[in-house]
Amino acid sequence: MLHLNRKNKSKLPEISTASLPDIVFILLFFFMTVTVMKNNRLLVENTLPNADEIEKLDKRDRVIEIIVGRPTKQYTSIVGVESKIQLNGKFAHVDEIGSYVLAEIAKMPEHLRSVAIISLKIDKTVNMGIVSDIKEELRKVNALKVNYTTFEGDAFNNLQ
Amino acid sequence: MSKNRELPEVNAGSMADIAFLLLIFFLVTTTIETDSGLNRMLPSTSEASTIKEKNLLRVSLNSNNELLVENELLDIKDLRTKTIAFLDNGGITKGKNHCDYCKGDRNITSSDSPQKAIVSLSNTRRANYGMYVAVQNELVGAYNDLRNREAKRLYNSTYTELMSLYNDSKQLNKEKIVLKEKIEIVRSLFPLKLSEAEINTK
Repeated sequence: MLHLNRKNKSKLPEISTASLPDIVFILLFFFMTVTVMKNNRLLVENTLPNADEIEKLDKRDRVIEIIVGRPTKQYTSIVGVESKIQLNGKFAHVDEIGSYVLAEIAKMPEHLRSVAIISLKIDKTVNMGIVSDIKEELRKVNALKVNYTTFEGDAFNNLQ
Repeated sequence: MSKNRELPEVNAGSMADIAFLLLIFFLVTTTIETDSGLNRMLPSTSEASTIKEKNLLRVSLNSNNELLVENELLDIKDLRTKTIAFLDNGGITKGKNHCDYCKGDRNITSSDSPQKAIVSLSNTRRANYGMYVAVQNELVGAYNDLRNREAKRLYNSTYTELMSLYNDSKQLNKEKIVLKEKIEIVRSLFPLKLSEAEINTK
């Protein structure tokens, strides 16, 4: 009887939670360093087309983005409704693409410069005229690696 | 008296809660985004080539968003089979350019060999970008289908499987070299010759 009582009373030692803040802080620092706050506010409508024969663009350090689309509602009164190019959070003219791409490439570390990829994020309703102009500008500055950035999906959905 | 008294220690019990709150905030805001799309090489400005008309498949988009292949209207759903037939033709029956793995019609008026065959894509300024991407997708799809077939025959796994294995970060360097070799061989059987430059024919 006495023996049984003793057994009931002996409890498991409590797990120390003193190191919990440290663990949480480590996790916190990890996420703080990994997080990239998106500073690129979209000024244009940007619904990408669909495609299924796609390759992933996972090495972000060598990607230069060019965004094209119709201006969003709040900007139509200022810049009109024609398709516009957005570079780095600003509206830009086609002529500015060459110098922008060269400047971005110059910012990269040397070993990445030759493998820089231009990611073309173009709205699916845009006409090819402006796209051809952009490609012509890119050819002039010899930035030939491009990626037509798309959503994953059936390409026939682009035809409406 | 009061100067000698020590300051009371700050209670650090709520530290974990604060850190948790911050952690949850960063967890929620983090989006590890990966874009994907169709990789293409633009032609360089100096590029000007002259090739035979029969080795060229002219694909174009007119201003009414219609697809023209060799100046004839075509439904985009048939573009892939048409391109495969063109690339896989293997018109030369003898000599070093003979394509022994081609399974096409061996039509002498179509392409000589996959190495010679070039798909030329052109468009008017009024064409729609969505349509353009769909056409690009089908053309790349045609090449991928043929590469898959050859990879299946040579290595018993498709080209896309080889590519995803190669891009897997868990893969060892030694195996990567082997995979790279296989990929290069399959690519050389059906090299991606998709041009958007002006092409002269003789």
